[in-house]
Amino acid sequence: MLAYIARRLLYAIPILIGVNLITFALFFIVNTPDDMARMQLGVKRVTPEAIEKWKAERGYDKPLFVNGKASGAAVLTDTIFFTKSARMFVGDFGRAEDGRDITREIASRMGPSLAIALPTFILGLFVTVSFALLLAFFRATYLDFWGVVLCVAMMSISGLFYIIGGQYLISKLWRLVPISGYSAGLDAWKFLILPVAIGVISGIGSSTRWYRTIFLEEIGKDYVRTARAKGLSEITVLFRHVLRNALIPILTGVVVAIPLLFMGSLLTESFFGIPGLGSYTIDAISAQDFAVVRAMVFIGSVLYILGLILTDISYTVVDPRIRFDR
Amino acid sequence: MLGFRAAILLPLLLLAACGNEQNDPYPANERGQNILYSAFTERPKHLDPARSYAEDESVFTAQIYEPPLQYHYLKRPYVLVAGAAAEVPEPAYFDAAGTPLPADAPQGMIAHSVYEIRIRPGIRYQPHPAFAVDGEGRPVYNDLEPSKLAGIDTLGDFARTGTRELTADDYIYQIKRLAHPRLHSPIFGTMAAHIVGLKELGETLQREIGKLPGGAWLDLDRYPLDGVERVDRHTYRIKLIGKYPQFRYWLAMPFFAPVPREADRFYSQPGMVEKNLTLDWYPVGTGPFMLVENNPNSRMVLARNPNFHGETYPCEGEEGDRAAGLLADCGKPLPLIDKAVFTREKESVPYWNKFLQGYYDASGISSDSFDQAVRFDVGGGVQISEEMQAKGIRLLTRVRASTFYMGFNFLDPVVGGRDSVNEARARKLRQALSIAIDQEEFISIFLNGRGIAAMNPLPPGIFGHAEGEAGINPVVYDWMDGKAERKPIAVAKKLLAEAGWPNGRDARTGEPLVLNLDTTSGGMGDKSTLDWLTRQFAKLDIQLVVRSTDFNRFQEKIRKGAVQIYFFGWNADYPDPENFFFLLAGSEGKVASGGENSSNYVNADYDRLFVEMKDMDNTPQRAEIINRMNRILQEDAPWVFGFHSKSYTLAHAWLHNRKPNDVANNILKYQRIDVAERARLRHEWNVPVVWPLVLIGAALASVAVPAVLAYRRRERGTARNWR
Repeated sequence: MLAYIARRLLYAIPILIGVNLITFALFFIVNTPDDMARMQLGVKRVTPEAIEKWKAERGYDKPLFVNGKASGAAVLTDTIFFTKSARMFVGDFGRAEDGRDITREIASRMGPSLAIALPTFILGLFVTVSFALLLAFFRATYLDFWGVVLCVAMMSISGLFYIIGGQYLISKLWRLVPISGYSAGLDAWKFLILPVAIGVISGIGSSTRWYRTIFLEEIGKDYVRTARAKGLSEITVLFRHVLRNALIPILTGVVVAIPLLFMGSLLTESFFGIPGLGSYTIDAISAQDFAVVRAMVFIGSVLYILGLILTDISYTVVDPRIRFDR
Repeated sequence: MLGFRAAILLPLLLLAACGNEQNDPYPANERGQNILYSAFTERPKHLDPARSYAEDESVFTAQIYEPPLQYHYLKRPYVLVAGAAAEVPEPAYFDAAGTPLPADAPQGMIAHSVYEIRIRPGIRYQPHPAFAVDGEGRPVYNDLEPSKLAGIDTLGDFARTGTRELTADDYIYQIKRLAHPRLHSPIFGTMAAHIVGLKELGETLQREIGKLPGGAWLDLDRYPLDGVERVDRHTYRIKLIGKYPQFRYWLAMPFFAPVPREADRFYSQPGMVEKNLTLDWYPVGTGPFMLVENNPNSRMVLARNPNFHGETYPCEGEEGDRAAGLLADCGKPLPLIDKAVFTREKESVPYWNKFLQGYYDASGISSDSFDQAVRFDVGGGVQISEEMQAKGIRLLTRVRASTFYMGFNFLDPVVGGRDSVNEARARKLRQALSIAIDQEEFISIFLNGRGIAAMNPLPPGIFGHAEGEAGINPVVYDWMDGKAERKPIAVAKKLLAEAGWPNGRDARTGEPLVLNLDTTSGGMGDKSTLDWLTRQFAKLDIQLVVRSTDFNRFQEKIRKGAVQIYFFGWNADYPDPENFFFLLAGSEGKVASGGENSSNYVNADYDRLFVEMKDMDNTPQRAEIINRMNRILQEDAPWVFGFHSKSYTLAHAWLHNRKPNDVANNILKYQRIDVAERARLRHEWNVPVVWPLVLIGAALASVAVPAVLAYRRRERGTARNWR
C-alpha cells in the first residue's frame, strides 16, 4: 500500500508541472505582463515608466520560458515561469499582485468555504442516498415513477435558479433568514442554513438518479435474493447489503470530491456573500492576479490528485478483494 | 412519528423563540446603535493614500485621511473649503529671478507658484500602535523581531496605542512618498511635472532603494525635496513650476493627506508584510473615522476617531437645501454617526433586497430593479414608485461629473483624414454620424433615462458648461420651441454626400462605406446595444462592423492607434474644465505620447486655447475661451458627444443629510441616522412568515404517510409482490 501511495505521489509531480505549465501558458496568452501592470496600477495617468518599474519589481520583465541572454541553467531558471513556479512546490505561494500574502489569505478563507461545503456535502450525501434507496425500495410503483420525474425536473433546473428562487422565497417573502452575508462563530448558522439547504436541494436530482441506478443494478443480484430468502426485512437488505455493495461506484464520485471541498463554490459564495476560496478565485481572475490564479489552480490540482489517491485507498476499505500490494 | 413531528415543530419553536427579524444580517449587539449600514461591491485594492486612486477605495480613504482642503458639502457648483488647513491657500507667483508677481500677472511671466499651507493646530491622529510610547517616551513597537509578532494577526492585537499632534512634516513626508519607487503612485508622473524637484527625488530614491534589502524602510526625511519647504510646526510651502491653478483640487485628495513617518517605519518592520500589516491595509489618519475592521472579502468597519474634533455641520448651502432639511444640523459637531459598517455584496439581487428590508440605509438602482423603484410621468420626469413611496424611500439624482463618447481615431485615413482634402471629407463624415446617432433614444432605451445628451465634453456643474440655446451643439441640434432638437437625418445625409459618400457609397468607386467599431462589448447583454448602433449607422447607409475584443486587447489597439471608432468614458478627477478638455489636447496624444487623447486629435487652435485656458482662474475670459474651444470641437467632431450619466440613489426615511456629491467622497461625517425610526420600520417590515414551513411539513407528511403504509403492506405481503 505504502509503495503504491509513494508511486502515485511521484506521478503527481510531472502532472503538477504540466498543470502549472498549461495555466501559465493560457494566462499569458490572454494577459501580457503589461496588461497585468495596467490592471494593478489603474488605467488613469499610468506612464510607461511606471509599468516598466512595476514589472521589474515583480520579475515580470524576464522572458517567459527561455532566457536567451543568460547562460547555463539560468537560461531556464531566470525566466518568469521558473521563478514564479518553483516556490509553489515547497508550499510558498508568495504574494498576490496587490502585495498580500496568499497563504494567509487562503488560510483565512478556507473556514467559510468549508462551513458551506462540508454540511452541504454530508447532508446532500445522506439525503440523496436515502432518497435513492427509497426509490429503489418502491421501484416500479407510482412513487418511483414520480420520484424519477421529480429528479429529472430538479436536475433540469439551473443552479442559479435554485439560489435566486431560494433567496426570494425564504429570505425575501418569508423573511426567515438573512438573504446573504457571513459571520464567524455561533452567529454563522443563520447565514449558512439557506445556502446549505439550496446546495442540498439542487443536488438531489442528479445524484439521486445516479444512485438509484446503482442500487437497482445491485438489487437484482443473487445475494439480494438470498438475503430476502433468509427472511431479512427490506430495510435491512437495502441498508446492510445493497448499500454496502454499491459503495464502490458511489465512492468513485464522492471521495474524490472531499478534498475539493476546500476550494469552495464559485456561484454560491458569490450570491451569498461568503468570503471563501471560490470567490477568491473569481476575484483573482477578474483582477488578472496571476499569482493567486496560479496558486489556486495548483492547490486544486494537488487536492484532486489527493482525492484520487484517497478514492483508491477507500476501495480497499469497502472491498477486501482489492489490494495494491500485488 | 414523534421524531417527525419534532423535526417540523423544532424549527418553528426556534423561530418563535428568537422573536422578529430573523433575517437581520447584523449581530444582535449592534441593534439600536448609531451605525450606518452600507455595501461595497469591489474589494478595495489600496488604502495607502499615495496609491489609492479608485472610486471604490475613496469610500474608505476619504473618511480616514484629512487632506488640507475639502469640498463644501452642500454648495454647488463645487467650492473648495479648508479641511485640515486653516484656510484655502492663495498661490503666490514669482518670475524666473524670484521676484514676486501680482495675482493677475501674465502666465508667461510666472516661473513658479508657491502655495503656503497652514495646518490647524491641535489636530491629532487616531489611536495607533505606531504612536505607542513607554514611560520615557520611546516607541514601544520599534525594532520588533518577527518572533514578537507571534499571536498578532490584526492591528487590534497590539496591546498599546498612542497618538500625537499632526504637523506640517507629515504632509511633507507624504508628498515625498509620491516619489517612492516601491509605491508606484499613479500621480507621480503628473506631479513630477509640477512640483519642483519631485522628479529628481524620484530618481534619487530609485538609486537608494537598490542599496537597501527588500522591504527595508527608506527614511524619506533624509532626502530633501526642493519644492517643499517646512516653515514652522504647522506650516509648509509647495513650490510649483509655472502656474497650475488646478493644484488646489489635488490638495483636496488623499494623495496630499498626511502620513506620519512613525507609521511608515512601523509597517516596514520584518514580519509585518507577511501578516498583511501594511499601510495599504491599515491606514492611519486624522479624519473623522478610523478603520477598525478590515476584511475586504466580507466586511469593513469604520468607527469614530475619538481624537477628531473641531469640525461642524455646514450652515450654508445652495437654494433648496433648507427646505430639504439639509441645514437642520447646522453647527453640530461632526461626525453624526458612531460607526459605518460596509458589507460586501457582489450580486445586485441580495443588495437590493437587503435595502428593501431596511438593512442598508441607502442604495443605488441596478437595471434589474429600476422598474420597481422608478416611474416616468407623462412629461418624461422621473418619480419614485408608489411601492418605494409607501416605505418612505427618497430618490436622489445628480448628473455625474463624467462624460461618455464615441471617439474617432484621427490617425485613420477615413474617419480622421490626413491631408487637407481628406480632412474636410472626414470632418463632414464625423458630423453626419454625430447627427445620425440619436443619443436621446439611446439614453431612453438603454439607460432608463439616466443621463443627458452631451453637447460638448463638459457636464453640468463644471465651469464653462452652458445651458439653453447658448449651450447646444449647433452642428447636431437646432434650438426650436425652447429646446434642443436633433437635426433631421436629411442634413446628415447631405453632409455625407458632401464628404464624398452619397447614400453611403464612395462617389468615385461606388464601394460601400464600411466603418469599424472596436469595443470590449459583445456579450449577450450588449447585443441589443450594438444592434441599435448598427441601425444608427444604417440610417446613412453606412455599414458598421463591430470588432469585439477583450479589455486588454482593446487597450493595446488604442495605444497603437489601431482602431477606427471606439467607445470611452471619463470620470473627472476634479471639477475643472481642464480635466475634460485635456482629453483632446494634442500634447496628450495616445500614440505620440501615451497620454489620454485616445482620438489622437490635434488642432493647433484648440491646443493654443487649451494652454491658455488651463491655467486661468474662473473668469468671464476663461468662459469665453471655453466657448471657443467647444465650438472647435463641435465643428471638428473628434467625438460623437454621447451623454453625461445621471446617478440615482435611494435613501430610507431615517437617513438624513444625504446629498449627492460626485466630487467629494468624505461625506460620511455629515450623515445622520434616526436609529429609533430605523428599528421601528425594520421590525415592521421583517416579521417572519412561518406558515409556509407548516405547509411544507404537511406536504412532506402527505407523501410520507402513504409511503409508510405501502412499506408496511409490502413487508407483510408475500414474496410474489417482490420483483
